[in-house]
Parts: sequence; C-alpha cells; structure tokens
Amino acid sequence: MNDLNKQAVARFQNNFMREVEERVEDGEWVKMCMQCGVCAGSCPLGPHWEHSPQKIFRMIMAGKREEVLRSDSVWMCTSCYSCIVRCPRKLPITHIMHGLAHYAHRLDIAPKGQPTREIAKIFWDNMIKTGRVNELKFSLSMYFKDGFMQGIKNALGMQAVGLGLMKAKRLNPMEIIGGHKCKDMDGIKKMLAKAKEIEDRRQGFTS
Amino acid sequence: MAKKQYAFYPGCSSQKGASASNFVPSINAMCDKLDIQLNEIPDWNCCSASIGYGEGGQLSRLVLNARNLALTEQHLPGQDLVSGCPACWLSTRETTEKLQQFDSLMAETNEALKEAGLNFKGTVKARHMVEVLIEDIGFEAMKAPVVKPLEGMKIAGYVGCQTNRPFGIAGESFENPQYLDKMIETVGAEAMGKFDQKVTCCGGALAFSEPDKSQQQIRDIVESAYDHGAEMIVTPCQLCQANVEIYQSEINKKKGTKLAMPVVYYSQLMAVAYGGGVKEAGLDGHIIQPTKLLDIANKNK
Repeated sequence: MNDLNKQAVARFQNNFMREVEERVEDGEWVKMCMQCGVCAGSCPLGPHWEHSPQKIFRMIMAGKREEVLRSDSVWMCTSCYSCIVRCPRKLPITHIMHGLAHYAHRLDIAPKGQPTREIAKIFWDNMIKTGRVNELKFSLSMYFKDGFMQGIKNALGMQAVGLGLMKAKRLNPMEIIGGHKCKDMDGIKKMLAKAKEIEDRRQGFTS
Repeated sequence: MAKKQYAFYPGCSSQKGASASNFVPSINAMCDKLDIQLNEIPDWNCCSASIGYGEGGQLSRLVLNARNLALTEQHLPGQDLVSGCPACWLSTRETTEKLQQFDSLMAETNEALKEAGLNFKGTVKARHMVEVLIEDIGFEAMKAPVVKPLEGMKIAGYVGCQTNRPFGIAGESFENPQYLDKMIETVGAEAMGKFDQKVTCCGGALAFSEPDKSQQQIRDIVESAYDHGAEMIVTPCQLCQANVEIYQSEINKKKGTKLAMPVVYYSQLMAVAYGGGVKEAGLDGHIIQPTKLLDIANKNK
C-alpha cells in the first residue's frame, strides 16, 4: 500500500463514509441517496458500468472502500449531467463521480492504465503548461501514451481524421513548436500551487 | 443604437487553428448584425473542461475559472462574461455558484488568486451566448436581419448535454428544449421537431478514451437525424460539433455505414441567413461539406 493510501486508512479507520464526506467533492451528499436507480437508468454509458452511481453510493454507505476506489466505473462519466437533472433528491451525482475519480487518482489506487484516467492527466498537464489546451500536443500525447510503436499505429489509424482537420484549418501542425498561451504563466503557476497547498491542508494530506 | 457589450470568453477550442476555429468568425458575423459587441477577456485561461477533474482538485479548478471572472471584473467592469462554449460556460457558472454559496471557498479562492495579483468580488454573471440571444435580443430581433431565409432546408436541432444540463436555458425543459428548433425556424429553415436524439450525449471527452462507446452514441444521433429526414445537424456545442462530424468516417470504416451528415453551429446558419459569405460563416472549416448551406452562402442576395 502506498503512503497516501496508508495514511488515509489510518486516519479514517473503517469509516469510509466520513472519508468521502471530508475528502471527496460534494461527498456530503452521498447519504441523501434513496436508491431509486434513476441515475443508473439515465446514464448514456450505463450498460458499460460495472457499478452505476446508485450502486457506488450504496457501496460507500456499506464501507466498501477498496471496491469503490478501485472501480473502473467512476471513470465512465461523460459529464452529460443527465443524472443530476433527473435525481429526485438533487444529488450532484456528476460532481461526486468526478470527486471519487479524482480522489482514487490522488491516492494512486485508481485502476492503472484506465484510459479516461490517463487522458485526464495528459489533458491537465498539457493545459497548465501554457494556460490553454494545445490540441495537437494533446492528441499526440494520447496516441503515444502506450509507447512509440503503438503511437505510430494509433496516429496512422487516425491519419484521415487528422488530415481532414488540418485541411479544414482545425488542427495546426505548427502548434508542435509553440501555439497559444497565456501571458501571465508565472501568476497562473503560483496560483495553482497555492490552491493545491490550501486544499491539501484542508483535507488533511499535509498539516 | 448603442451596441450591447459583453466580456467574451472564447475558450481553447475556438482559437485560431483549433478544433472549433470556424466558430468565432460565424459568431462575429452574427453579433455584428445584432448590435452585440464582444470584448475578449484579456489573457483568459482554460476552464479545465469536463475532464480536468482527474488530475486537478476542486479548488484548483475553481481558481482557474475565478481567474477569468476576476479579469472580467477588473478589465471589463459591469459586463456579463459570455462564452460560446458550453463547457467553458458550465465551468464558469458552476464556479460563480459555488463561490456565492460557500464563503470558505470564496476565501480560499481569493487566497490563491492573490498569488497572481488578482481578486474576485463575485459580481460577474457567467452566461452562454444562446442565453444572450434569447433573453437580451429575442427571436423577433434575431429574425430582423435575415436577408436570405434558409427556405427548404431540413435541419435536426441537436442541443446535446452541457448547453442543456445542469443549468440549461431558463424556461426550457431538460428533456425536450424548444429554443434551438425555434432558432432554426427564425432563419427560415424547417426544424425536425421529432428528432429524438436532441439531448443525447455524444460521448464528450470520452470520445478519446472510450472511442467505441462514444461512436455508438454518435451513430445513434446521426442515424436518427437521417430517419427524421434531416439534411443537416445544427448544434450550439463545440465538442458535439467536432465529435459528431469527425467520427462519422471512423464509424463508416468500422461498421460499413455510409454516414455523411453535415454538422454546423447555429451561428453559421444565422451568419448565412444574414447575408454572410462562406468565410464569414466559417463554412470553410468542415470535413463533411454542408453543401446546401454553402450554395445559399454563395448565392447573390
């Protein structure tokens, strides 16, 4: 078990509900779930989840910490917000799913190689470098995330799409050497470092 | 008449050479005819989109959005922040609501913003371009500049997710919003009112990570548009536009279908109906050519 995860287990003992309330975005809402299943039926990727939001919430209440945080399902959210608008108790389900995924990733116990987990990290790293997304580098990092040969294969597979976009001037090959960026990158970096420091302290990751 | 002023937040995908780069010309052409002036927020940054949550914590994401709000407050006082991108709008509006609701988050956000020499007082309203059109301009005024009604065009209005949920347009339903159909009819085209995939998710950011699952969503959307007799799909969303247009060729390759349905923005319809040419309407930025709309744009008034 890694250190962050060990610390979390020691801090919250067997009270996973309290851990979710304190550390997961909008986690204090989980106890409001009445298990109606509307979220499960509303999710566009519903058939592909092992655990629907409804199940995830029940598992949290039952203290199934490992099963929840290691679940592939919290990474299946397309952010369509159907569950939010249909939930009769108005639980911010989308946010809770994002929060659980983030927390599992933060503790580094989320499933390794989970594709949405990987692209989420690539996206963030890409974006905070210049303050804006560099779509060319984002696409290339995605194709090459599983190594060079796989990257070439992926890029060739998507060649028609890429060339079509370039022809329509919606993908700029010159972005490889620069591209759009914010002027005050220094301020943005400092501001994000501060935000992380404050949140880590509030959630008890640091004292 | 004095122009209505707004702080404009274009978002990453609308920049030059990015996946929605043909959106901004059409917005500019449309706003020009409607006496709307968009003032770009100086040095705006990414909203962190709907996939930023994996690596970025809640406070980091709030702070990114609050920076744009603070820049608006400082440089464009009194103006609403307006975005044409649903993801930008959603993230920014969520931020304003969270910060209004929780004083502690507002205090933490400002502590972080201080590192960039900024402060957010909470006075800016975050709005979607479509809200501005419906609430501040109105359908009558949207109709007034029409010089080339899009007569005979059959269009499926695809609203998608984030323009519609969780906030949506005031007075509209989440399950069957009417405003996009009304906008289509305002410019003289025919809206396919029974198009049943109007608010279906295109897969969003998961089009990258879960291509097969997302492409099934996209196929359902495009096939339904065909089934209802549409010649074209119209959407208010950059990611919907990109996903639904770009991946049709992939679906054809894998599934042997023959999908070739053009997908354009509502603002492109308006730009053409208002007399704009191919470039002004951003019609030079498509992979599947919107032939009928191109014909109208090329036709003399």
